[in-house]
Amino acid sequence: MTNEISLTLAKELVFALEQGNEADADVLLDKIAAQKEGQLFKEVGRLTRQLHDSMAGFSLDSKITSMTENDIPDAKERLHYVISMTEQAANQTLNAVEELMPVSKKLNDQAAKLSSKWDRFLDREMPFEEFKSMSEEIALHFNESKESLLQVQNGLNDILLAQGFQDITGQVIKRVIDLVQDLELSMVELIRISGNTATATTAETKELELPGPVVPGVDDKAGDVAKNQDDVDDLLSSLGF
Amino acid sequence: MDKNMRILVVDDFSTMRRIVKNLLRDLGFTNTVEADDGKTALPILEAGGIDFLVTDWNMPGMTGIELLQAVRANPKLVSLPVLMVTAEAKREQIIMAAQAGVNGYVIKPFTAATLKEKIEKIFERIDG
Repeated sequence: MTNEISLTLAKELVFALEQGNEADADVLLDKIAAQKEGQLFKEVGRLTRQLHDSMAGFSLDSKITSMTENDIPDAKERLHYVISMTEQAANQTLNAVEELMPVSKKLNDQAAKLSSKWDRFLDREMPFEEFKSMSEEIALHFNESKESLLQVQNGLNDILLAQGFQDITGQVIKRVIDLVQDLELSMVELIRISGNTATATTAETKELELPGPVVPGVDDKAGDVAKNQDDVDDLLSSLGF
Repeated sequence: MDKNMRILVVDDFSTMRRIVKNLLRDLGFTNTVEADDGKTALPILEAGGIDFLVTDWNMPGMTGIELLQAVRANPKLVSLPVLMVTAEAKREQIIMAAQAGVNGYVIKPFTAATLKEKIEKIFERIDG
């Protein structure tokens, strides 16, 4: 199109020069020059846009840099915390089970022994002396049962509480998933920009409203968190609670 | 402290609701109701009959602090005892909860003894 116009213009220019029509020739020369300039402006425009896109890419780059510098190591710490929380819960549960198994076995054995003796008593096969000793054994068994069952109850409570890890680790893992998602978005955006197929839009980072579980070594660095219940109680009592 | 009081336990994690419920049962409180966030808890509270609220903070829909604020803004619920059991441990958050009118604050992970102590403390103040 431009070439066609240029060709027409050139032909007209040659014609004007041949005719010795200088005024027309000047006008035509100006037209040709203007066309050249237009192309130059277009090129400058294209370069400007490219520069703009690159700049946007740079800011995205710095976001990824900050992610690799801060968020990824943070995420690693958080996942380590998940490992230690689950390990702690498993140990707490296993300890309770290991402690309670022999208690329950012992009670079971005692009950079995006493019940066979009791059967003999019901069948009137038991001499009085043995009955007396069985009575003592039964009394002893009752006492021991009370203590042992209390121990079982405490152990079951330990097991129950140990399950709290699921809530804490669930929250921590969710945070890491959010980070991975953010990182993925930034990478996709970066690829889009370097592919130069679309205009750059800054990926929105979702700001976490609530800081959630305190991961030791990550969230307690600034010293603005309560590390345990005592810290909470101290703070509240300082507020007159 | 009335062991038959009706307690609403609010947490988005069902495991945590089960833990709290079982601990409460162990302490002698068997009359419990559950909700998984503030949005489902509020109608239960407004319907009446709840004597004690145990709530988490970070929940989708309506958070525990929003629930607490809604409770304190409701003339019928203004004096309902509220215990917050949460992983949120920022000092400013604890202060915020205190200012919103929480009666007790327990951070996760917690022990059975801590829960018992805080509940007893809350009702000592109310009964005394």
